Amino acid sequence: MAVPAIKLTGAEALLAAWPTPSGEAGWAQAARRHAADRLAARGAPVRRDEYWKFTDPAGLTVEPAAAAALGRADETPMFDGIDRLRLVFVDGVFRPELSDALAMEHVEIATLARALATDITWARDLFGVLEDRGQSPVDRPLASLNTARAREGVAIRVTGAAPRPVELVYRREAAGADALVHHLVRLDAGADFTLLETGPGAARLNCVTEVEVADGASFHHVRTQGRDHERRAATALFARLGRESRLKSFTLTVNGRLTRNEHVVEFTGDDAVAHVAGACVGDGDFLHDDTVFVTHDALSCESRQVFKKVLRGGATGVFQGKILVKAGAQKTDGYQISQGLLLDDTSQFLAKPELEIYADDVVCSHGSTAGAVDDDALFYLTSRGVPKREAEELLVLAFLDQAIAEVEDEGLADELRGRLAAWLARHRT
Amino acid sequence: MLEIRNLHVKLEEEDKVILRGVDLTVKAGEVHAIMGPNGSGKSTLSYVLAGRDGYEVTEGTATLAGLDLLGIEPEERAALGLFLAFQYPVEIPGVGNMTFLRTALNSQRKARGEAELNAADFLKLVRGKAASLQIDADMLKRPVNVGFSGGEKKRNEILQMAVLEPRMCILDETDSGLDVDAMRLVAEGVNALRSPDRAFLVITHYQRLLDHITPDVVHIMAEGRIVQTGGPELALEVENNGYADILKSVA
Repeated sequence: MAVPAIKLTGAEALLAAWPTPSGEAGWAQAARRHAADRLAARGAPVRRDEYWKFTDPAGLTVEPAAAAALGRADETPMFDGIDRLRLVFVDGVFRPELSDALAMEHVEIATLARALATDITWARDLFGVLEDRGQSPVDRPLASLNTARAREGVAIRVTGAAPRPVELVYRREAAGADALVHHLVRLDAGADFTLLETGPGAARLNCVTEVEVADGASFHHVRTQGRDHERRAATALFARLGRESRLKSFTLTVNGRLTRNEHVVEFTGDDAVAHVAGACVGDGDFLHDDTVFVTHDALSCESRQVFKKVLRGGATGVFQGKILVKAGAQKTDGYQISQGLLLDDTSQFLAKPELEIYADDVVCSHGSTAGAVDDDALFYLTSRGVPKREAEELLVLAFLDQAIAEVEDEGLADELRGRLAAWLARHRT
Repeated sequence: MLEIRNLHVKLEEEDKVILRGVDLTVKAGEVHAIMGPNGSGKSTLSYVLAGRDGYEVTEGTATLAGLDLLGIEPEERAALGLFLAFQYPVEIPGVGNMTFLRTALNSQRKARGEAELNAADFLKLVRGKAASLQIDADMLKRPVNVGFSGGEKKRNEILQMAVLEPRMCILDETDSGLDVDAMRLVAEGVNALRSPDRAFLVITHYQRLLDHITPDVVHIMAEGRIVQTGGPELALEVENNGYADILKSVA
């Protein structure tokens, strides 16, 4: 009599879908095992979990990944006019022959596989470490899966002021590719570095980035997630900030069936600054979720969360943002704003702002709004001769601009504005 | 220039009639003032002419240079040369004042089949007009009306008027919230625009703006109608005796 096959479910199924990487250093193997144990103990995310209430994780966990039609490349590549070092991934696999050489002044770049096969101290102190710290108090099982199984990615160490940005270019070729990508970024004390990420990556992309920003260092992160309509993505950026360090992260999301972007930021040194921002535009079958957790565990740090979502045709926007101020984190300055602009009655914006404060000398505030285009502003513009459609587009771009303004580099910011204007032009009713 | 005949207007959402048969003719080159107590329908008249949503015209007509105003969109009315200086200019965060002005001017020029102005020519044009209204470069760079004082907002309205060069200007309580100096500045801006081809309709509660902008004709509006029309002396009468006497005499 045949033994019935046991159908794996939940965490076991997720882990079984990917081979266990081999040939790695002992510490890497241990980190993988611990991550797998975390996931097994926690289980796969399900809708009844508190932080998945608004976003059904099924599209991110069901095997195999659903195919997603390949987008048309009808625009010039992002950031084309900017001098940068490009590292190309196709369906989540690094392609050295399409990429620039892994060499830049003040920057050491290696593939993740290489970093995990050797005994690089900084990588050992980072890989799975920040992801593990980020599991409490909110579980992030998809990130644990990523640490347990991802073989692709890069390890970047910056020792000074990087002369130009590094861009991670995520191209697609296969309609049904499922990808795990894991990056490690370490900025030494005083370093300055800009990381760009562009493109959809895969039909389903699970991308984790662990970033250590040492004392006095500045990390700039600008990401665009690609126009492909049917793609799905779960990303998580874990950052730990040292004294007087700076983190600025901005994400532009255009289209995509399901996107969950998590930011987990921890201040461990005094007088540091972290700004996390995002702008998204979606029309139709579109769910975009920003889930942010900022922990203040040092004196006089400033955090900003600025998220703007333009939604139409039944699209859904989700924001779950938390500021946790630990006891003793005095003089904390925390702020978050999340706003949904609903261009019709069928779209929705769901927001859960949270503040949890255990220090008594802090300034923390949050605001969240959902609404339509302002009729008074629209009338004002049209009464001056601006046609209604143009006036609406002007107001939509103005709405998004508060988030884009978080991008310090004007060249990058203008490029983002141009992409948004193009999206609006393509989606005229 | 502006011809309003038997205009009746109610609120779209409720059964509240606001204008009950307004008749008004403003010829090119003239300045008309409309005065009247609160709730008489002065601001509604200006909004209906400019094309704001929320009002329903139940009877009557309004034409600008012989062309029907009420059946076309606000932007089309603007391109025809109608301009409303708002009582409460709207703040628009995220839209730069210059971007706004240039988009407005070029939209109008495009609608009229004229060539659009390039950035350099536009800048020159605006700087010249801004200087006489004491509007500095910083105000031009800021988002539309955001963080502007009451006086700055009204000066910004007059700047838009100067740049867009409309033929029919409606000023809705432009004097509200202005101190004496700001009022003089605004009035000078308006007077500089007076010309034989352009007409003004100045809506105000008080005589004091009319000390600076001398009207040719003054109308008193009450309960949705123009109840009395006269020369500048009518405004002085209101200033001295209030509306009560006038309203009693026409009742």
